[in-house]
Amino acid sequence: MKASAAGYARAENLRHAIEMLVASEGEGRVLAGGQSLVAAMNMRLSAGDLLVDISRLNELSGVSQEGDTVRIGALTRHAQVGADPIVRARVPLLAAAVAHIAHAAIRNRGTIGGALAHADPAAEFPACALALGAEIHVEGPEGDRSIPAEDFFEDVFTTALEEDEILTALSVPAAETGEVQLIEEVARRSGDYALAGLCLVRRAKGHRVALFSVGPKPILATGAMTALDAGDVDGAVAALTSEIDPPSDTQASAAYRRHLAGVLLRRAVARLEGDRT
Amino acid sequence: MTEMFRDKVDVALTVNGEPVEARVPAGQHMIDFLRLDLGLTGAHASCEHGVCGACTIRVDGVSVRGCLMLAAQADGAEVWTVEGLTDTAAITDLQDAFVARNALQCGFCTPGMLVAAEELLSAGGTPSRAEIREHLSGNYCRCTGYEAIVDAVESVAKARAGKGDA
Amino acid sequence: MTIQFNDPDRPNSYIGKTVPRPNATKLVQGRGRYVDDIALPRMLHVAFARSPVAHAKIGEIDLDEAKAVKGVLRVFTGKDLAEVCTPWVAVLAHLKGLKSPPEHPLAVDRACWVGEPVVAVVATTRAAAEEAASLVMVDYEDLPAVTDTMTALDKDTPVIHPELGDNLAFRRLHEEGDVEGAMAQAHKVVSARFRTARHTGVTLEPRSILVDWNPAEGQMTAYHATQAPHMMQTVFAKHLDIPESRVRVICGDVGGSYGIKVHVYPDEVATAAIAKMMGRPIKFIADRLESYSTDIHARDHEIEAKIAVDKDGKILAIDVDDWTGIGPYSVYPRTSAIEGNQVVNLCGGPYDFANYRAQTTVVFQNKTPTCQYRAVGHPIAVAITEGLVDMAAAELGMDPVEIRRRNMYADDAYPVTSPAKMRFEGLSHHASMDKLIGMMDYDALRADQEDARKRGKYRGIGIASFIELTNPSPFMYGIGGARISAQDGCTVRMDPDGSVVALSGVTEQGQGTEAMLSQIVAEGVGVNPSQVRIVTGDTQVTPYGGGTWASRGAGIGGEAALQAARALRDSILEVAGAMLQADASTLDIRSGQVVDGDSGEERMPLEELGRIVYFRGDTLPKDLPRELVQTRHFITMEYPFAFTNGVQASYLEVDTDTGVVTLLNHWCVEDCGRVINPQLVDEQIRGGIVQGLGGALYEEIHYDAYGQLLNGSMADYLVPMAAEMPDMQIGHVETPTGESELGAKGAGEAGTAGAPAAVMNAINDALRPLGAQVTEMPFTPERILRALGKIED
Repeated sequence: MKASAAGYARAENLRHAIEMLVASEGEGRVLAGGQSLVAAMNMRLSAGDLLVDISRLNELSGVSQEGDTVRIGALTRHAQVGADPIVRARVPLLAAAVAHIAHAAIRNRGTIGGALAHADPAAEFPACALALGAEIHVEGPEGDRSIPAEDFFEDVFTTALEEDEILTALSVPAAETGEVQLIEEVARRSGDYALAGLCLVRRAKGHRVALFSVGPKPILATGAMTALDAGDVDGAVAALTSEIDPPSDTQASAAYRRHLAGVLLRRAVARLEGDRT
Repeated sequence: MTEMFRDKVDVALTVNGEPVEARVPAGQHMIDFLRLDLGLTGAHASCEHGVCGACTIRVDGVSVRGCLMLAAQADGAEVWTVEGLTDTAAITDLQDAFVARNALQCGFCTPGMLVAAEELLSAGGTPSRAEIREHLSGNYCRCTGYEAIVDAVESVAKARAGKGDA
Repeated sequence: MTIQFNDPDRPNSYIGKTVPRPNATKLVQGRGRYVDDIALPRMLHVAFARSPVAHAKIGEIDLDEAKAVKGVLRVFTGKDLAEVCTPWVAVLAHLKGLKSPPEHPLAVDRACWVGEPVVAVVATTRAAAEEAASLVMVDYEDLPAVTDTMTALDKDTPVIHPELGDNLAFRRLHEEGDVEGAMAQAHKVVSARFRTARHTGVTLEPRSILVDWNPAEGQMTAYHATQAPHMMQTVFAKHLDIPESRVRVICGDVGGSYGIKVHVYPDEVATAAIAKMMGRPIKFIADRLESYSTDIHARDHEIEAKIAVDKDGKILAIDVDDWTGIGPYSVYPRTSAIEGNQVVNLCGGPYDFANYRAQTTVVFQNKTPTCQYRAVGHPIAVAITEGLVDMAAAELGMDPVEIRRRNMYADDAYPVTSPAKMRFEGLSHHASMDKLIGMMDYDALRADQEDARKRGKYRGIGIASFIELTNPSPFMYGIGGARISAQDGCTVRMDPDGSVVALSGVTEQGQGTEAMLSQIVAEGVGVNPSQVRIVTGDTQVTPYGGGTWASRGAGIGGEAALQAARALRDSILEVAGAMLQADASTLDIRSGQVVDGDSGEERMPLEELGRIVYFRGDTLPKDLPRELVQTRHFITMEYPFAFTNGVQASYLEVDTDTGVVTLLNHWCVEDCGRVINPQLVDEQIRGGIVQGLGGALYEEIHYDAYGQLLNGSMADYLVPMAAEMPDMQIGHVETPTGESELGAKGAGEAGTAGAPAAVMNAINDALRPLGAQVTEMPFTPERILRALGKIED
């Protein structure tokens, strides 16, 4: 169908964008890569928005490393994330996740900040952010703040972002020596949203496990993490399947997704073991 | 305060190498702009929710879903469609291979498929059949079953690689 | 002079060769002209407000807000259109007992499925029309929705159309021999319950129509993405009260059909009615989201079936109880009873057995109407038959190839009549199976399967033999009273420059109709294919014909083209004989030259003949016929249908932890009679296979118990994409039909007919060591894991 937008404005800089969001009194929508928003507009799931186009704000794009932290600008496109040498070396989980996200033309235009702010529970990047223990940086009329990923994702398509705030970047700890980061998912077809997906990070401090497409938001599987730290894979699978409450839809039932989560954890652990040898 | 926002937006861009200036509705997507305003009916609107790939065009050097980009966002962009890629002979070998291999039947997906395939080919090298299938995995074709398309793209990759060596 | 098809060195030997499609180049350049590419002066757009509920009485309709949208010019309700458009009833006399209520272009009193058009909004842009349609306020008074097929006839189920008495649209029982007796005496009886999911076609070009009514000329022109222009001409004329001669249907490039675009859709008729009322061109392009609830659906069947075999694996009896729900209306004019009827006609098709019972029960329900879609009924019948045969083989410990060889009709048995009373002129099941087994290296594949199993991988081989109905005679529709032509015509003419133009009643939707016709005409006349221009899809221009469906383009349209081309050749040679003072029978036409038949010596180029005939006819004898235009029509007479046959095989791997199926390879050997263009035939087969694979693995329309469509978008209704599809090996056996000189049967649907059964059998072959079996399509990861008992709710 044809989208109906109430208005459009191109932001000249971040401040300008925030001013427009404030001025739009709740009707404003931040338009970045547009790969979810424009689709929703075309399906008339979202109509009458005042669009604040931030896609030209170059200062929000790009990857940099400061000490042990890798900072990824919100407007860095999926394809850039996947190809970036810093990401590939120091945040391999994000690079690996890119291959699972939709298709080339979508990855050319979709942005990592957009994916995080959209907070689709079936999307890869939010779960990656959770598994990595990322900080999400936002800017609003009162200035900037940082939100740990664990506090950022609240519900289906719902985050801690206020309606006049803009997500500007995320920062993640650069992988330490020996750190392993893995993503496993099962989708019906290449590029489809996963029926269930799992990110596993093993650091000196311990394991981190985050799942996607198994609940209203990405889920940090703390029980499974504790069990993995103790070397108990069966216990981790048991914990995992009890700490998720997956949805049922036309693609798969909750029971299937729960089963799949356990399979994915075992597969990820098997890859970890393979990595060790 | 909403006078900051416009329901019609002025854009200046180049399309197929030609400068274009237009005033577009705020919610209009690129593919309607190209088809309805510029008469470039090569790329098609089919699903209009970003899944089928029939509207794939090249924007600033990369393949893009024409239905998931607003025309208002195209200010300053360099846009290429199958018409321009044909006129400049940029994809003649690929088009010839599609015809020779019958890698199209109804042809509705073909302009988008060509843009997607050319993006892979222009990255260089000789992609495997699995890599070709993966790169085209966002472009729906109901007619061919894809094999002929993979064959055509593979043959062009090999031919271009051969030329590079010579 | 008959064509020596077996001689590849014969002159003008284009039939049987891969010749490029004349219309492919424009399509790769984006120069196609699909309906949505056409803009006419003063053109307006229509969008429809559709029922959001499955069954409701239509109360007050408030159009004020819709009319206030900028750009909106007119709004029409069902009552408005009923004044200019008569309703239709989709029944056929030969489908005894089939009933259906009158259907209007817009619902008048009642909406009967989610998506039924209720109000039409006409505006200057599609965007404005959509915006306004979303503001149409209709007071829907909910009525109970009938959604379950199997309980549709229960006493306590509400009747959708009370005037029809019950929810039964059609029932047919066919019985041959003594099924009960055979079952009682059988060595083994195997039964299974099969389910095929509700599908839809997902043509990449949505349904599209642009109708222009010119009151000054009293002429309606419809630019329509359709498979059957002449049928649509009749429909528009009849229901809009216009003389048939004053309706012109033009069908340009069509972005995929697969049966979806051969039916009469209420919104398309509404578009024509509105064009007539407004006297302006009206365009309707279905949006993808409305396509899912309004394009016909198909294949929503539930089946209980049994097979009885003796200890040698000989089939003694097959018993099939098929149920299908078709929505609230039978679809005009082909009806929605054909698919179930086909299941009855086709089960057991390849096999020589005596006792057969099949019943189809076709019921109304409050869902999108179903109708004929590529390979109508075949994927269902083949899945039932081949599923049962594999299960019987497993029960007997017999190889699935062997049990088929023991039961397939011998290749020299023809003509034969099947227990379903289908008459087969000539099929090649054994030759096809032999070729398939060679191509796939069956024994090596079995060894690989065993080897994989040792490594904990579950691979399976699935075989599916099939028959396929093509080239239908009037026994399919015409006999039942529908004005759907089974004959087709072709006019071939030579122009002054020696080039040839052929006008055909069959149409092009991408399958290569125009290439096929150009080859036949080129060979028939004696010119290069590049010298032939093909014109299709214009009822004002082409001879009357049925269009392209049921794989009839080559077999029917091709033969008409061949006969017309041969007649033109004779006419040309008669003139040439007079000009060259030679006996016409000693002359031939080769590569656009009149030549001496024996020596091949060039006597005169056709353009010289054209110059004389058209500009210096005074130099020719007064009584010499000089009609360089000939028309021939062709219809099959001996057999109601030209059956083809073939066999497919699938090799795949099942991940028993996730349930995911990976397709490793796929083979098909099929026999469509004379192959006119090998490449086009192979690509029809490949495309058809992948459409069948979609049904096996992905495609399923979901409704809830209230008749709400749950997955009406491309993100939710999954179709095959490139990454998961296998490469496919295609082989041929050629058993030409004797009904025509050309000998061609259809090739468009065989792939779709056999692929789902091959995949089902392969999955079950893989799962058999684990004691699991799946029979409900699509075979989703979840269904496979449930069969394996790995999911606990």
